Amino acid sequence: MEMNRPRYSLAIMIISLTVFSFLIENMANDYILAIVCFTGINIVLAVSLNLTNGFTGLFSLGHPAFMAVGGYITALLTFPAEKKPLFLPDFPQWLDSFHLPFFPALLVGGCGAAFVAFLVGISVLRLKGHYLAVATMGFIIIIQVLLNNADTITRGPLGLNGLEDFTNTYWVSGWVIVTVYICWKIKFSSLGRSMLAVREDEMAANALGVNLFSTRSFALIVGAFFAGIAGGLWGHLITALTPGSFSLLMSFNIIVMVVVGGTGSITGSVLAAIIFTLTIECFRPLEENFGIYGVGEIVMALFLVLVLIFKPSGIFGTEEPDFVMGKHKP
Amino acid sequence: MLTVENIDVHRGKTHVLHQIDLHVGHGEIIALIGANGAGKTTTLKTISGLLRPTKGKILYTPEAGKAPIDISTMAPEQIVGAGISQCPEGRGVFAQLSVKENLLVGAYLRSDKEIEKDIQSVYEMFPILGERSTQAAGKLSGGQQMMLALGRSLMSQPKLLILDEPSLGLAPLIIETIFAMLQKINSQGVTILIVEQNAVMALDLSHRAYVLETGRVALSGLSSDLASNPQIQKSYLGVE
Ligand SMILES: Nc1ncnc2c1ncn2[C@@H]1O[C@H](COP(=O)(O)OP(=O)(O)OP(=O)(O)O)[C@@H](O)[C@H]1O
Ligand SMILES: [Mg+2]
Repeated sequence: MEMNRPRYSLAIMIISLTVFSFLIENMANDYILAIVCFTGINIVLAVSLNLTNGFTGLFSLGHPAFMAVGGYITALLTFPAEKKPLFLPDFPQWLDSFHLPFFPALLVGGCGAAFVAFLVGISVLRLKGHYLAVATMGFIIIIQVLLNNADTITRGPLGLNGLEDFTNTYWVSGWVIVTVYICWKIKFSSLGRSMLAVREDEMAANALGVNLFSTRSFALIVGAFFAGIAGGLWGHLITALTPGSFSLLMSFNIIVMVVVGGTGSITGSVLAAIIFTLTIECFRPLEENFGIYGVGEIVMALFLVLVLIFKPSGIFGTEEPDFVMGKHKP
Repeated sequence: MLTVENIDVHRGKTHVLHQIDLHVGHGEIIALIGANGAGKTTTLKTISGLLRPTKGKILYTPEAGKAPIDISTMAPEQIVGAGISQCPEGRGVFAQLSVKENLLVGAYLRSDKEIEKDIQSVYEMFPILGERSTQAAGKLSGGQQMMLALGRSLMSQPKLLILDEPSLGLAPLIIETIFAMLQKINSQGVTILIVEQNAVMALDLSHRAYVLETGRVALSGLSSDLASNPQIQKSYLGVE
C-alpha cells in the first residue's frame, strides 16, 4: 500500500485534472480559462527547469530561449496556408509543404528545442555555476537576435500573430501530466539518482562511474524539450509570438518558481508555479486600474528573498512531501 | 595488478608529480604516505582517470596472467567498469540522497540482480547504515559517512579499492573499525591501495608502502621495514 502511494497520487492527479479541465472548459469564461492555461504552462516550465537546474545543479537561464525555439517551430508548422500570403509574403516556398496538425507540430517543436539544447550543451556545459548562467543568458540574446533578423520567416520584431487558438485546458492538462510523470520517473530512476549525485558532489559521482558530461547534457536536453512544448502551447494560447517575450525576465520568473518550490522537488515546482501565476494574476487588475505596474513581480521577488533567507533549499528541498509520496522513502 | 610507470602530472601550470613509479600486486595492501601537498591525492585521481598524466603509463591487469591494459587514457567510468573503485578524500557522500540511494549510485554501472544483495551485505558490515537506510546521508556523523563512502565504493564490486585518507577527522575507535573492515575486505580478495596521514596505522595495515615527497617517490619497501626505518620514524611516525 505504502509502496504504491506515488501511483495513487498520479492517478488522483490525472482524474482530478481531467474532471477539472472538463468543468472549467464548459463553465468558465475566457479570462479564467486563460489563467488556468497559463498556470499549467508554468507548471510544465517549472518542473522541466527543475530537472535541469534542480536535479542536476546546472544554473541554466536558457529556458525562454528553448521556449522560443519550440514556439516558433510549432507556430510555423501549424500556420494556416491561407493566411500565409498576407502575414508572411516572403515565406520560402520549400517550407510551405511542411504543415502539421497541432500535436505533431508541438512534438517537432519540442524536439527542435531539444536539438538546440544538445548543440548548446556541447559548447557551454564545460562551464560551471555563474559562468554557465552568463553563457545561457548570452544564448537568450542570440536567439532573440536571430528571430529579429530572420524576418522572412519570423516577421522579425513584429512577431507572428494570427496563430490558431489551439491551446485549451485539455492540451495543457495533458502536458502537465506527461511532464510530471516523466520527470518523476527520471527522478526515481538510476539516471535521476546520478543527476542528483552530480549536483551533490561531482568529483565523487565521477569517481563512481557517472559520466558528468552526458548526465548534464541529458538534463539540459530533456528540460529543453518540455520548454519547447511549453513554448508551442504558449504561442497558441495568446495566438502571437514576439522575440521580446522570451526574455531574461521570463527566465527569472521560472527560476523563482523552482527555487521557492525546492530545487529537486517536483511537487514544490508544481505548487510554486500555481501560487505564482495566481499571485501575479491577482495583482493585474490592481495594476491596470491604478496604473502601478510590476507589483506582482515585486511581491514574487520579496517572497523569493524571504525563502532564500529562511529556507535556502526551498519549501520542500529535494524531497517529495509525504502527502504525495507516502511515508515510504527510497 | 597495477603498475604506474613513470607518470608526470600537471595541475594547471604546476608540475605536481615527477616520474612516479608504483606497483600494486594482486591481493596486496599498499600504503602511500607523505606530507601534505606531496601529491598523494593527485596520484590516486590520476589512477582513477580524474586527472590525466602528461607522460607515462598506468598498466592494469584485472586478473593475474591476463594482458595488461593501459588505463591512463581511459574515462573514469571505463576505469570503474574495469574494476577500480575510489573512495575519495573527504568522503564525498551525496548529502541530500538517502543512505540507500548513495549505495545505489555506487552501483550505477551495474544492472545485474545482485545489487540488492550487495546492499544488504554493506548493511551487515555496518549495521548503523541499515538502521538509517532512508535517512539523508548529510545527517550522518563523520564516522558513519566514512562507512557509507566505503560501502558505496564497494558497490561497484571492485577488484582494486583505492582509499584517500579514510581516517581523516575520525575518532580512534572508529578508525579501528574501518581498518579492521579493510583487512577483512582484503582477505576476501580485494586489492587495496590506501593513502594515509596516520602513518602508524597505515604501515601496520599494509604489506608494502611508498613514501611520497614533493611529487617524487622518496622511499619504498615492506611496511615493517619502513616502520623501523629511523628516517621514517622521525618524519612520519613522530618517534624521536
Ligand atoms: N586543483 C588544483 N589545482 C592546482 N594545483 C593543485 C590542485 N590541487 C592540488 N594542487 C597542488 O598539487 C600538489 C599536490 O596536491 P595533492 O592534493 O595531491 O596533495 P596530497 O598529498 O594529497 O596532500 P594532503 O595530504 O594535504 O591531502 C600541491 O602542491 C597542491 O598545491
Ligand atoms: Mg590528499
